[in-house]
Amino acid sequence: MDDFLVRALLAGLAIAFAAAPLGCFVVWRKMAYFGDATAHSSLLGIALGLALAIPLMFGVAIVAGCVAVTVSLSSGRNGFAADTILGVFSHSALALGLVMASLLPDLRIDLLETLLGDILAVSQTDVAYIWAGAVSIVAVLVWRWRSLLNTTFSPELMIAEGGSARFDKLLLTLALALFVALSIQLVGVLLITAMLILPAAAARTMANSPERMVGFAAIIGGCAIAFGLSASWFWDTPAGPSIILAASLFFLATSSLGMLRA
Amino acid sequence: MTSAPPLIEAKNISVRAGRKLLLENVSVTISGGEIVTVIGPNGGGKTTLLRALVGAVSLSSGVVIKRPDLRVGYAPQRLMIEASMPITVDRFLALAGSNTKADRISALERTDTFHLRQTSMASLSGGETQRVLIARALLRKPNLLILDEPTQGLDQQGEEDFYALLRGIRAGSGAAVLMVSHDLHVVMAGSDRVICLNGHVCCSGAPETVSVDPTYLNLFGSRASLALYQHHHGHSHDGHDHSDHDHG
Repeated sequence: MDDFLVRALLAGLAIAFAAAPLGCFVVWRKMAYFGDATAHSSLLGIALGLALAIPLMFGVAIVAGCVAVTVSLSSGRNGFAADTILGVFSHSALALGLVMASLLPDLRIDLLETLLGDILAVSQTDVAYIWAGAVSIVAVLVWRWRSLLNTTFSPELMIAEGGSARFDKLLLTLALALFVALSIQLVGVLLITAMLILPAAAARTMANSPERMVGFAAIIGGCAIAFGLSASWFWDTPAGPSIILAASLFFLATSSLGMLRA
Repeated sequence: MTSAPPLIEAKNISVRAGRKLLLENVSVTISGGEIVTVIGPNGGGKTTLLRALVGAVSLSSGVVIKRPDLRVGYAPQRLMIEASMPITVDRFLALAGSNTKADRISALERTDTFHLRQTSMASLSGGETQRVLIARALLRKPNLLILDEPTQGLDQQGEEDFYALLRGIRAGSGAAVLMVSHDLHVVMAGSDRVICLNGHVCCSGAPETVSVDPTYLNLFGSRASLALYQHHHGHSHDGHDHSDHDHG
């Protein structure tokens, strides 16, 4: 097996690991649109990274983080629904990124790669960053686990029991922004939300507790990475989309099994 | 009445959402051991009042004063829980924190939901969910239970049973109850005090006082006279204040 394939597998497994708990929250809290919108804003992050000559991942993390914080802080204050505010910020960031890309031709943004990702091109340093980021996401979610589940049930209940729903919501959106930054090179802007949602949704019918759902999501995500990369290796298909396709086959299998049992 | 300070007291609180005023200058006092029901039209701010008392919405003016030993058990109107989250009733209760298996079993028994212990939260009916939420509120050993529309979706018999359950809880723990309801006649029979809310407090006091208050009759029209009729059949009077507010 070639080195680049090992690196791709290692990076992919890190993403599947972080996507499992985060993706479950995205499914439980119906944050799919939030994931998409944060991913869209990453184009500005790439432009920023190129302009400042810092790793693109950092540029994306900064921009996606700013969008996430702004949206978290401003929602519920000015009469617009959260998804409207999100749409305004993330699409403005996307448009600004595209304008910057055309005004500064030296930046050489590869749009196709940004949209679809290129997991086979990850470097050793990338793998290290991705694992560090994935471990931090999982650590934060484990740390606030009970509280995050409670805010998911009912923010008011959480506050009445002495917690702070706002803090947990902010943590979750920041974790999501970080995840976007880690996975953009692997699966691309278009498929980031799919990487979050598909393993979690596929795990739902098999699980009888939130923790098991996360566990199954991690296993399914990991297998999807392995199968997708194999498909890419043997049949020369694009890696990112093959991974997502493998995950959707898992979803199809578990949900039909679930329907048969019901 | 008792001379002890009230459990919780809202003084002239106002809450706004954008330009809209949801609560205007509302004052409410809950003392130990009483069952108080908030009634009022949809959009009259009932849920907002409860949320303001538990601290889940910010006040634009006024204060909420809590007695130092206040322990609130709060049951929201519904959960955001989705079929997408696999979780049993027992685990849901455990998430309330610092409780043992024995605590949870006892809370479920008190709300007649023990048989649901290993059931998935997503498969509960509306009434079952409400009882489980109350079980969770009881786990905190509250001296004030705040319940948002706990009788929603129950028929009249179910609702009467529910008030019997609340009186049992009060008898067992001495907890006061503040709740929102929409069904007038059972409210009139089951509460010590009624607060009629329509953005501001229209009238409040013992059920028999409120049920003849012109502002109340005005708000509820013909349904009010039905409640009044029901009310005359057997309810003990023990003289509560009727605090009349000016409207404006």
